[in-house]
Amino acid sequence: MVALTANAAGKTELLLGNEAIARGALEAGVRVAASYPGTPASEILENLAGVAEETGLYAEWSVNEKVAAEVGTAASFAGLRAIVSFKHEGLNVALDTLCHVNLTGTRGGLVVVVCDDPAGWSSPSENDSRAIIQWLNVPLLEPSTPQEAKDMTRWAFELSEQIGTYCVVRSSTRVSHTTGTVILGAIASRDTPAYFDTSKLFVFVPIVKKHADLLAKVEQVKEIFEKCQFNYYEGPERPELMIVSSGSGRLYAVEAVECLQLEKRVGIVHLGTTWPVPAKFLEKQLSRTSRVLVVEEVDPFLERNLKVVAGDSSWLNRDHVIYGKASGHIKPFGELSPEAVIDALVRLTGVTYRPRSKEYDGRAKQVAKGLVIDREIMWCPGCPHRATFWTIKNAFGLDGRDGFVSGDIGCYALDRRGAGGYLITKTALAMGSGIGVGSGLGKLGQFGFGQPVIAVCGDSTLFHAAIPALINARYNASDVIVMILDNGATAMTGFQPHPGVGVNAMGKAAPVVDIEGLCRGLDIPLEVMDPFDITENTKRLAELMSDRDGVRVVIMRRPCALLRSPDEKPPFKVWVDTSKCRGDECGCARYCVRVFKCPGIVWDRTKGRAQIDEAVCIGCGVCTCICPASAIMKEALSE
Amino acid sequence: MSEAKLSVDPLNIVVCGVGGQGNILVARLTGRSLAKRGYLVTIGETYGASQRGGDVMSHIRLSVRRKYGPLIPPGGAHIVLGLEPLETVRILVDYGNPQVATITNIHPILPVTVGMGVTRYPDYDELRQAIAELSGQVWLLDATEVALGLGSVRLTNLVMLGALIGSSLLPVTEAQVEEEIKERFPGDTLRPVLEAFRKGLSYTRATGCV
Repeated sequence: MVALTANAAGKTELLLGNEAIARGALEAGVRVAASYPGTPASEILENLAGVAEETGLYAEWSVNEKVAAEVGTAASFAGLRAIVSFKHEGLNVALDTLCHVNLTGTRGGLVVVVCDDPAGWSSPSENDSRAIIQWLNVPLLEPSTPQEAKDMTRWAFELSEQIGTYCVVRSSTRVSHTTGTVILGAIASRDTPAYFDTSKLFVFVPIVKKHADLLAKVEQVKEIFEKCQFNYYEGPERPELMIVSSGSGRLYAVEAVECLQLEKRVGIVHLGTTWPVPAKFLEKQLSRTSRVLVVEEVDPFLERNLKVVAGDSSWLNRDHVIYGKASGHIKPFGELSPEAVIDALVRLTGVTYRPRSKEYDGRAKQVAKGLVIDREIMWCPGCPHRATFWTIKNAFGLDGRDGFVSGDIGCYALDRRGAGGYLITKTALAMGSGIGVGSGLGKLGQFGFGQPVIAVCGDSTLFHAAIPALINARYNASDVIVMILDNGATAMTGFQPHPGVGVNAMGKAAPVVDIEGLCRGLDIPLEVMDPFDITENTKRLAELMSDRDGVRVVIMRRPCALLRSPDEKPPFKVWVDTSKCRGDECGCARYCVRVFKCPGIVWDRTKGRAQIDEAVCIGCGVCTCICPASAIMKEALSE
Repeated sequence: MSEAKLSVDPLNIVVCGVGGQGNILVARLTGRSLAKRGYLVTIGETYGASQRGGDVMSHIRLSVRRKYGPLIPPGGAHIVLGLEPLETVRILVDYGNPQVATITNIHPILPVTVGMGVTRYPDYDELRQAIAELSGQVWLLDATEVALGLGSVRLTNLVMLGALIGSSLLPVTEAQVEEEIKERFPGDTLRPVLEAFRKGLSYTRATGCV
């Protein structure tokens, strides 16, 4: 729909924030792009990979973010411009590399884009990346609109080459997933060949000198940021209150001031460069007023740094009061919103705000209470994970020793979220931690630990971060069952290819990394199961739990239900035999909808019986073996 | 560029529905057709892991003055386009006001907890009454039924896009939106999509709001 490669400077396009970041990289003449999928960052690499052939750039889904950072760094060392992108959780993975690249320095422009996810819409945390970037001591840019996302990304390449370090663009869900009007720039053509100048070294020694060099670079960046077009003030010359804002907070600040008609009383500092802090620029702004409100996503990062600037600026001869998260005017957790800023301004200026009448509010509240029910997310109909977790749950029941699942990151985490899971997953940390924690638990036998543990891990997650944990479990002879949930997809983030699927990011055929071969190479006993054979699998799994004999791998293999074409015919016709289903008179207490919980089975209140919702059921037939009265029937549908 | 004009600025539209209904496509097609007319368009999308059955909303903001943020403040919607009636009510509760114009599909998609028998989905009359109470103008149609009549439930979003354009609440013409649709759906995919759009369009054209 969007021509990302059009060399049409001045043309207006409607771009998603992540498309704008990709466009900014293309305008800068990016040659190499590397990433690992993760919402809200995935579209950056997807868009660049989509135009790789046309533009001659190289794009890859790396196996994880650390390797992505290394792939991007390698291109930079060879003199090419490269972009590395991932979500905030990915920064943690890439950190071990990035905290040395800041010391070695770079050659070709290297830009790292990290997309934070305030409120954790699609994440296991809402961590703010900025404190980490401050610690890395590299330039940090915070766009607030798709236009700025494009412009800052483009500029970051130049800055990176000017300073000789990588630059970070910090986006967030509300920037990456906002579509907005963008004026395009020209696309730079860069055809310098890749060459590693062997007269130069990219190593971290001598350590102290490298550290001193980095600090000198930061001083240089500070001077550049003092006069940067992305930092400016808008408002009355002497406001009674001044907002200092960055990222999406900037737009909410503008909106709040407008809603409350405070344009003549409140000014706004728009800060696009947030580390190193442009202290002189901020001192100048602080001289306008003594009351300041800081508006930013997640942590009081700017707020703390602004307090340092104010503390260092005693010559200003003012006692600044800086409001924000520490003062309780804005919550220090969750996502920012226009209303959060409106509330803070109402408290600080004494104006009143009522967007709609009390009567309307009252009606809305009543309707919400009486009618609006939650819409919980859960495993799709026909999802292999439901069958797998059903199997594990029942095998734990047969075993009777209070077994549990050591969980990981992927759709299978829905076991713990929403209404549809079985709540047998008792731990969940980071990518790959399921097996790592399982490996640790499996060594506690000498302390009396006797509960069976199943460490689960998706296929993409296995490649990402779980292989060292698997080797650890093998090497240290841990008693744990590792279950690899191989659905042939990075399903949760939108079906990006991974090393097991035979395709690369640019859509070209790629070698398949064989999970069985990998396990065999580690000499780990291995079984492959079809998750839909729940009766057989349950028995076998209970047996595996009873002989405690080091690490064993079970591969549960069946493609994700969403990989089916919507026009694909179901394998089975599934129905409830109403003569067998005794409904509320059966002692099962609605076992199928209460315990198994597939959205394809619904309770017909008028008939007091279960029924299959044909609009939802995809005919996998798994539910036919869960009814205690055997009332759910199936019949194979011929091709 | 000079044709851009708005009686309310910013004009705030919420497109809401359930994951998988094609909510985002409706917002993008609408936004693109307006951006081409010179409006400053911002679309904020809220979806999380909603492909697995959760609620989805897109906030579209139009202005000739400045680029607005991706979130409409509470009570600030001018138009609500609902692809599913419970979602329409959910949005009106947060973003509605006595003047809001609501165009909604009346065909329910039941949350999983309803099938499980632990929650109750409101009756049609309750939904209709709530929507009427919380809106200034209302258009109701069974877009899912129309889409099924055209061969696929997946056309529901295009029927609703047609209904939005047919209401004449937006400063964009049928032909201008069709141009976007033609760009997005090449070859054989176009015909049913265009048909769905036109069905929705003629529905709101012919039927006044209730």
